[in-house]
Amino acid sequence: MSVENPTISPEEPTMSANEPTMSPDAQPTEMLEPSRSQPSKTTQPAPSAGASARASLRDGLAVKLEKLRAFYGDAEQVKGIDLDFHANEVTAIIGPSGCGKSTMVRCINRMHEEVPGARTEGKVLLDDFDVYDSSVDVVAVRRAIGMVFQKPNPFPTMSVFDNVAAGLRLASRGRGDLHGKVETALRGAGLWEEVKDRLSEPGAGLSGGQQQRLCIARSLAVEPEVILMDEPCSALDPIATLKIEELIDQLKAKVTIVIVTHNMQQAARVADRTAFMLGGELVEVGPTQQIFTNPHDSRTEEYVTGKFG
Amino acid sequence: MSTPAQTFERFSVSPSRRRKDRIARGAVVAATVVALIPLVLIVYYLLSKGLGSWSPSFFTTDPTGNTFFAASSIGGIKSAILGTIEIVAIASVLAVPLGLGVAVWLVEYGRSSRFAHTVRFFVDVLTGVPSIMFGLFIYIALIVGTGTSYAAYKGAFALALLMLPVVTRSAEVVLLLVPGSLRESALALGAPRWKVIFRIVLPTALPGLLTGVLLAIARAAGETAPLLFTAGVTMKTEFKLNGFMNSLPIQIYTDVTSPTTAVVNRAWGAALTLVVMILLLNLFARLLARRSSLG
Repeated sequence: MSVENPTISPEEPTMSANEPTMSPDAQPTEMLEPSRSQPSKTTQPAPSAGASARASLRDGLAVKLEKLRAFYGDAEQVKGIDLDFHANEVTAIIGPSGCGKSTMVRCINRMHEEVPGARTEGKVLLDDFDVYDSSVDVVAVRRAIGMVFQKPNPFPTMSVFDNVAAGLRLASRGRGDLHGKVETALRGAGLWEEVKDRLSEPGAGLSGGQQQRLCIARSLAVEPEVILMDEPCSALDPIATLKIEELIDQLKAKVTIVIVTHNMQQAARVADRTAFMLGGELVEVGPTQQIFTNPHDSRTEEYVTGKFG
Repeated sequence: MSTPAQTFERFSVSPSRRRKDRIARGAVVAATVVALIPLVLIVYYLLSKGLGSWSPSFFTTDPTGNTFFAASSIGGIKSAILGTIEIVAIASVLAVPLGLGVAVWLVEYGRSSRFAHTVRFFVDVLTGVPSIMFGLFIYIALIVGTGTSYAAYKGAFALALLMLPVVTRSAEVVLLLVPGSLRESALALGAPRWKVIFRIVLPTALPGLLTGVLLAIARAAGETAPLLFTAGVTMKTEFKLNGFMNSLPIQIYTDVTSPTTAVVNRAWGAALTLVVMILLLNLFARLLARRSSLG
């Protein structure tokens, strides 16, 4: 199509107004763990076989989409997208329902192919490494790229503790200091103080917002470099939403975050950069402030000002 | 605008609506009661006739051949109880893992492929096959075909065949009920598919799977036809798998046709025993499921 991908993001970094506490060179781990009992647990890279693509466990990785196309059967849902997600930034994907936001995000950690009849073309480069390369183990990709879903979905048969440990156990990394890792993940998700006395209770017994943070803790536990969030707050009330948004702001010190959202205020609040999609194509991407105040494309302007969508 | 009377009329339930409600409610209550009558009668007859023949020796002695003499000499049903436990246990060990495996494959891997549809079709056909056909099949394949005699393991094979489609079908339905989002979030954590199945899908579906398995076991335990010409009819307690073996349904079947009242009563006692055994199994499994789903 004629959408010539205006990736003209002036490399002026981010909306600095949005992140009062973070400076680019702040020590990320200090922020996440208020130097309690396990100060350095997450900072030591776990020796994991076949993780050659990993740079450092502390920092997020950049993700680059190259001519990414996604299909359900014959229907093309994502129509050739080129898009950069900068490391340790929050990128919001906005756009009307059915524009392919979720599909595109699910291509990044190769969840799209789990749908029967679905397939993908193009490249997804994780730090210059194509996750669709034939030599790539899809399981390893998903360990590096975590995902948080629309509806909180803790494992119903498991306790709070087991839910967080599930990621480690499922990924065969449950050995070692499991309790420490679980605590670190729960602290990282801002949930530790609320659940530390009920770790053995069912995870499904928490409130909706707590469940979603539990799911975030679950994905943090395996120490991913990228976290994809597919409308993580759409099932939550405003207060729970606020907590998740604060959390996102802290997490980006540690991981790269891609968040799909229907809520433009949310994009404006949490995202460093925002991408606008329409009909399976990328219309525009740029610093959040610019997308909302001075978009280059008229369709972006119409969408963010509420003329459609 | 409207007077209180008019408002009252507007919001009050009309007599015809009230009447329809009563009729509909009466109908469903009546249906429930009618359905309960045979159930209650079965339990009543089982208890009133079966309990009378229960005694300690009833469970500890084998039936004797002396069916025309005093009640004390006819013996109990020990061999039938042990035989049923043994045959059904072997059948379950064969059919349950296999059936669950088929269901897991259908739900997690086969999905809507052509082969999966074919498998589903045959499973459905097998579910509808009369139980005597399984006995007949084993009879022709393993008894006539090999020129050998009745044997306990052949009866177990027949019951396993009978259980297989029941286990598969019920397990498939239960596995389909496990939300796809759970599989997705486990996969997204970087779990290999087999771990997702064993750690997430199966534990989540466990109570339902157990119910299905129990239904299949209960059904198999009560089947007479597949055992008649596969495991044979005998009196003695036997543990040899390639010899004749008694079982409760066969015991009931042979006893109930006897002209001697005491022997017919033994059939009632055996029937009650069978029902109680299945009930206990049910309770036990439910307890197990409850504990595991909380822990």
